[in-house]
Order: sequence, then C-alpha cells, then structure tokens
Amino acid sequence: MKINDVILQSISKIVVFIILTLALYLFFAGHHAPGGGFIGGLVLASAFVLVLLSYDIESLQKGIPIDFKIIAATGALIVLISGFAPLLFGKLFLYQTFLSVHIPVYGELELSTVTFFELGVALTVLGVVMTIILSISKDVA
Amino acid sequence: MLSIFFAISLPFLAAFLLIIFAKQLTHVQRIGWFVLPIPILLFISFLFIIPDIASGQTFQDKLSWIPTFDIHFLTNIDGLSMIFGLLITGIGSLVIFYSIYYLSTEQAVVRFYIYLLLFMGSMLGVVFADHLMSLYVFWELTSISSFLLIAFWYQRKGSRDGAKKALLITVFGGLAMFIGFLMLHQISGTYSIREIIASIDTIKEHPLMPYIIIFILLGAFTKSAQFPFHIWLPGAMEAPTPVSAYLHSATMVKAGIYIVARFTPIFAYETIWFILVSTIGLTTLFWAALTAIRQVDLKALLAYSTVSQLGLIMTLLGVGALSLHPSVSIQSSLYTQAIVAALFHLVNHSTFKGALFMVIGIIDYRIGTRDLRRLGGLFAFMPLSFTIAVIGSFSMAGLPPFNGFLSKEMFFTAMLNVKQFNFFSVEGLASLFPIVAWIASLFTFIYCMLLIFETFFGPKMERTGGKFQEASFGMLIAPSILAILVVLIFFIPNVLHNYILRPAVYSIYPAITDDLIEPIQIWHGFNTEIMMTIGIIIVGLIIYYFKDQFMKIYTLFPYSLSFNNLYSNSLKWSDKGAKIVTQFYMTRFLRHYLAYIFIVFVVLLSSYMYYLNAFSFSLNGDEAMTPFVWIIIATIGVAGLTMIIVPSRLAIILVNGYIGFAIALLFVVFRAPDLALTQLVVETITTTLFLLCFYFLPKWSRERFKLDWSRFLIAISVGVTFTVVALSVKSGRLFDSIVHYFEDADILAGGSNIVNTILGDFRAFDTMLEVIVLFIAGIGVYTLIKYKTMKGARKNENK
Repeated sequence: MKINDVILQSISKIVVFIILTLALYLFFAGHHAPGGGFIGGLVLASAFVLVLLSYDIESLQKGIPIDFKIIAATGALIVLISGFAPLLFGKLFLYQTFLSVHIPVYGELELSTVTFFELGVALTVLGVVMTIILSISKDVA
Repeated sequence: MLSIFFAISLPFLAAFLLIIFAKQLTHVQRIGWFVLPIPILLFISFLFIIPDIASGQTFQDKLSWIPTFDIHFLTNIDGLSMIFGLLITGIGSLVIFYSIYYLSTEQAVVRFYIYLLLFMGSMLGVVFADHLMSLYVFWELTSISSFLLIAFWYQRKGSRDGAKKALLITVFGGLAMFIGFLMLHQISGTYSIREIIASIDTIKEHPLMPYIIIFILLGAFTKSAQFPFHIWLPGAMEAPTPVSAYLHSATMVKAGIYIVARFTPIFAYETIWFILVSTIGLTTLFWAALTAIRQVDLKALLAYSTVSQLGLIMTLLGVGALSLHPSVSIQSSLYTQAIVAALFHLVNHSTFKGALFMVIGIIDYRIGTRDLRRLGGLFAFMPLSFTIAVIGSFSMAGLPPFNGFLSKEMFFTAMLNVKQFNFFSVEGLASLFPIVAWIASLFTFIYCMLLIFETFFGPKMERTGGKFQEASFGMLIAPSILAILVVLIFFIPNVLHNYILRPAVYSIYPAITDDLIEPIQIWHGFNTEIMMTIGIIIVGLIIYYFKDQFMKIYTLFPYSLSFNNLYSNSLKWSDKGAKIVTQFYMTRFLRHYLAYIFIVFVVLLSSYMYYLNAFSFSLNGDEAMTPFVWIIIATIGVAGLTMIIVPSRLAIILVNGYIGFAIALLFVVFRAPDLALTQLVVETITTTLFLLCFYFLPKWSRERFKLDWSRFLIAISVGVTFTVVALSVKSGRLFDSIVHYFEDADILAGGSNIVNTILGDFRAFDTMLEVIVLFIAGIGVYTLIKYKTMKGARKNENK
C-alpha cells in the first residue's frame, strides 16, 4: 500500500531546515542560554528522523551519505581528547578554560574550550541515535 | 655506562618499530637480521660491566611511575641479575640467529619477532627490577608473551590448548605471587627488594611469613613448572622450536628459579622455605625424569627433561638456603656450595638444553617428524647434528668431559650434605635426598641414551618425505656455539665461576666472606660422588638394554589419576558450572531482566540510604502548587492508569508519549527550560523508536486485566524509592549544599547556564563516561541487529 503523503513531504522539506538551524542555535547558545551539546545533537538527529519518516531510508541515505557509526565514534574520540588534552599543558584532566575576545562590530565574544567537549557530546548523540534508528528501520525493510 | 632502562626498553622499542613497519616488512627475506643486533648489542654492553659487577659493585636506577602509591621502576643490576641478563641476551642472540634459518617467510615472521622482542624486554625487566610491583608487571608480561608465542601457529588446536594451559597456570601463580608481594609490603613497609633485605631483622619473626612464602612460591613454582604445575610445559612445546629453546628451557621457566634465589636472603630463615623448595624440587626432579623416559615425541622428552632439571636447580637452592637458617652457622661452605652448584647448573642447562632443542628443531625441519618410534639411523646423514646432540645429551646425563658432569657432581655433594642438617629430627628422611637424587639421575641418564640411540642409530627409517641430509650451515652455527661452550666450561669452569657465579652468590648471601666460596674442581679423586656416577652408568646401561621390560612400569599410572586429567576436568567442570549458573538467571525474557535491575536498584539504594539515615520527607521551601499544575499531574495519573488497561499496543505507546510531554510541560511551568527542551526532544525520538520496534512485536491482545502482585510490588517500590530519593537529596543531609556552584557558575566555568556548566565543566567526567556508555550501547544495538541475520555462522572455529 502506497501512502500519499505529499503534504508531509512538502512541509518536511522546509521544516527540516528550520530544525537544523535551531539545532545549530541550541548548540552554540548552550553556554549562557538553554541548549548545549546534548540537546543540539538530539535536535539534529530529530531533523534526520523527520526526513526518514516522511520519505524513506533510501532517500535519507542518498541525501546524507554519512556513516553515523563513524560520527558517533568521532564524537566519543573528541570527548576523550578534550579530556586528556589539558594534561599536555600541565593542567588537570578535563580542565576547561575560556577567553573573552572583543570583536569590533559584533561585540564581546566568548571562546571556550568547553565548546569542543560539547561538540563531541553532540556528535556522539547524533551518531548513536541515527545508528540505532537506521539499523532498526533497515531491519523493517 | 648504559642506562638499565634503556636496556629494558630497547627490545620494546624495537618491537614497536616492527609493528609500525610490519606491512613493509612482510615480504622482506630473513628480517631476523634486523632484529639480531639488539640482543647482541645488549649482550656486549653487559659484558662490559662484568668486571665492575665481579668487583662487588651494583647499579641502581629509579624512574617514578605512580609516586602517590610509592610505585616506581626501580632497577638493580647485581651478580644474580647479571647471570640472567647474559642468558637472556646471549641465548636470545643465538635463538634469533637460528630462527632466521628455521622460519620461512610465509609464516608471518614479523609477528614472531615482535612477540620474541616483547618477551626479551619483559624478561630483562623481571631480572633487573628491584621494585615488587614493576617486577610483577614484567612477570605477567612474560606470561603473556609466552602465551602469544606458544599460540604462534594458532590454526592448530594443540597450540591454542597449550597456550591456554600455560597462561592459566602461570597467571594463577602470578596472582598468588602478587598477593604475597602485597603482604610483604604490608609487613616491611617498602616495595624495594634491596630495602626489604636490608631490614630483614625486623620482619624475620613475623607471623605472616609462612603465608607469604607459600604465595610467592606458588608464583615461582608455576612459572618454573614445578610439580604438580609442570603439566603446562609439555603443552608449551607446540610453539616453534626456537621458542622452546629460548623461553621454555633457557630463560622464562628459570624466572621461578630467579625469584627463589632473589628471595632467599628474605625467607631462608624460615624452615618451611627449605622444606618446600627442596622437597618440591626433588619431587619434580624425580617425577619428570621418570615421565621423560616414556615420551615418544622428542620435544616432549626434552620438555620433561627441562622440568626435571629445573627441579634439580630448585632442590639445590632449597639446600643452599640452609646456610642462612638460624640453626646453621654461616661460617661453613657446606651449603653455600649448593647455591654455587645451582647457579652453575643454571648456566650449564641453558647451554646444553639450548643445543639439544636446536638439533631437534633441525631434525624436525629436515625429516618432518620428531617421533622416536619412526626416527632411526640418522647418524649416516647428519654427522654434525649427531655430534652436537651427543655433546648436549652426555652433558645432561652428567658425563665427562662436559659441563653437566661438574654441576652434577656438585649436586651429589650437596645432597650428601643434607644429612648434616637434622631438619625433621628423623635421620631417614635426610638420607632420602641422595637416594632420590641418584635414582632421578639414573632416569636422566636413560632418557639421554634414548634420545641419542633411538634417533641416530638403530634401523634406518623408510624415507617418508623430507630431505635426508645435514642441515644448512647457518642453522648449525648457533647449536655449535652452545656445544663448544659445553665443552669449554668443563675445562675452564673457574673463569665462569670468578666473573659470573661468585658475584651472584654475593647477592644471595650479602654477609658471606670470600673464603667460603670454593672454586670448582674438575677432579675430586675417587669419592662417593664419582662412585654414584659410575653406578649410574652401569645400572643405566643395564636398564637401557632391558628397556622393553622397564617400560611396563608406566602401565601402573592410569591417565585418570594424572594432573593433566585433573586440569582438563576442572576446566570442563567450571565450564559446566558457569553454564548452569548462567542459565538459571538468563531466562531470555526481557521482563525478568528488568525485574532484576529494579529489585537490585530498590534494595541497594533504599537499604544504603536507610543505613546512612539519609531519608527526609520534608516539603519545606518547595514551590507552591498552582491549580494548573494539579491539572497536569491529574492527567498524568489518568494516563498512567489508562496504560494498564488499554487493549492495544499503539495506544499504550501514545499514552506513554503523552506522559513524557506532560512532564516537559511541568518543567516549563517550573522554569527549567533546559530540562523541558531535552525532555521534549528525547520523548519525540523515543516515541519514534518505539513505533519502529512496534513492527517486530508479536501480535498481542489483552484478554482481561489481571493484577500480578509481584510486578505490582516492584512497580510501587520503584516509584516510592525514586520519590523518597528525590525528596532526600533536597534535604542536604548527607552532603553540603552545592548551590554556590550554581551562583558562581559564571566565574567558575565562564557560563551562565548552570545546567550546561554542570554537564560540561563541574561534572564533565560524568558526561564523558555517559558519552562513552552511549556510544558502546549504540554499537551494541547495531551489532545485535546486524548479526542477528547471521545465525547460521560457524559455532566452532576448530578445523
């Protein structure tokens, strides 16, 4: 049985980009406002899940030809590296630091090493959620 | 002078380089030439410090490892470690030289040399370590590299079983020794062996001493294949022959000997030390020599003979310990000479046994069999190998003019001297020593004759394949060098004695004076010892002549009573027992597993909190509940009850999703936007996941609602526990409040979103581990689903 879901598909096309933007926003806002690596990763994943639900697994893999296992592994690796890297500078394990930079037009910009750590978290969450959902739905097909 | 650390790490470095360049080296012919310079370099640099060591100097080094726990890499070179250092690098050079010709390139030789270097480095670490913990680490590394080398031809079932047996037994002993080390540290307060020896007077009488001795000896006995742990060594013969020559006769199996010698100044004051070391040694010597005679595989024969010779050295060390015994005065060379004999035989054994192993490797390589029943008449084809084999086995049998003769005579002297020490206050037991020693030596003589005559003489075997000709020149060099040494040491034993053995005796008896160490004499005149040797030759030849009758005594020992049988049965039993226990709780029902998790959670958490008196039910300072909140809570409650009774799965999933979203709404009401966001997204994704999994669930319909009391109880108690924990956490009864972290988050972590600073900074370690767990879980799900379809895969990888 072929379900006609033109409306879902058309809306998804637009909504996915909104979700992706939201995910990026949440990821970077995390330090001072609600958001962060975990939510960023989850929202990113939910954008892909929406594509998966409104189209099918083949379209998703054609559109985003990424191996999510590698994404997850990369994330875990980044988290580990950001844990051990401070040791090289004589600091404690998982030590985080930040730096405020003044950019002329933009204003005060805070650069923090925690962003790197959060990136690892986000990638792992995205990778693991997508790996699980994809492998289960592949099994369905 | 070369740093000791550098000496230890050089083989490891080389192994590491080999790993990196493994791909490039796969097709290089004879890569052993690249490896060979390492042991030679080390050997030569050790030679350079011999004069210093011989004059009584020692060298120490220190590298901090875990200073908080007083754990360091302490190293120490003295006479005793020098002997072993020379054996490891000297025999190591010869063995690698031999392997260059022995192994063909198809056999993944890079891997072989990596393991061999790994072993060489860890063995050097064992003998140079002065710190108990670094000694233990290197000790286990030798077990592991031995495991890898035995299983080198892992395609064979025999190799895998042999490797497993060796690993199980030696690691069991290693762990026992580890316990002994910890206890020794407890009573002495230091990990350094030299410091323990220096402070021996304060720990001498400690009541823990006998237990420490037993634990440490377990390690030494398993490693040196002493009775009844000897069963792993014959199994280890599945390794390539160079490995057998190197690890399983010349070096690694002597690590136990090393430990016994090293700890003699600490434990020799206890009578139990002498009793255990000498009687176990003597039993091993006797039993293994007896067993060796009936072996038909040449390598198995050599393995049992190695076990027996190790027993001989062990016995000598036990007797030598007597000179430190409180009831014996040190001012006598009666027992110190036993230590000299032990060290002397240690060196001799490495030379003649190494030569024999290499010759047997040659025979195996050329003829294609090691079976004594098939071999015969090889003398005509292999005169050079024959000569080397004769030198090696006659030395092992204790015949002149070979070095084995000298140490065997010294062994008899030591055995005859045991009588002077009245240790059981029973005369008869002490006189058993020379008698058992004589019979064991008789057996040794017999299997040496079997080795020579059955292989090289007798009826010529039919040519079943293989080349019936002398080995290539390169293959003969290494055993020839060893054979020349065997003869050379006989004629000039005192060069070895002065430079190598004497300094080692000093490290075993720190208090000894020079005049108590007698030089080795080649000829003592017609004394009891020489008569014993002559007796052995005469009786041995007679028994050899009637060997068919003699072999019948072996039918007296049924296999079911052997230690091998015990070993394989205990493996079988533990396998079966584990299966029974596991099947008891692994029911393949997810609901049972969930019940286990919940019950453990409730019982552990609530009882521990009860124990700490941490419960608190105070509601002070909580947010006021508005009617809006009450309405949401009421709908959650209704949804929860509905889940129990709705008849379709889809409805349950949707209602469950509703509960999640309602909780998110509660978070919004209580101004926790981060939690609300997270809850929303998590709920969305889990509902999706649920719907996906829904496809796989079997058809199901609820017939009639029936209350299952056990599940009801579990559900209620989990809910109650969670609520109580949440209430108690807020009370701050167990821990100080951490509120100031939240207030100062901007200063402490540079972020004003406290949820995120907790995740990314204050509790970053938790987050990190959660990420790792999440990743592992994801990979687990993927693997389970992916490989579910390959159910028909081979269950047993055996060929």
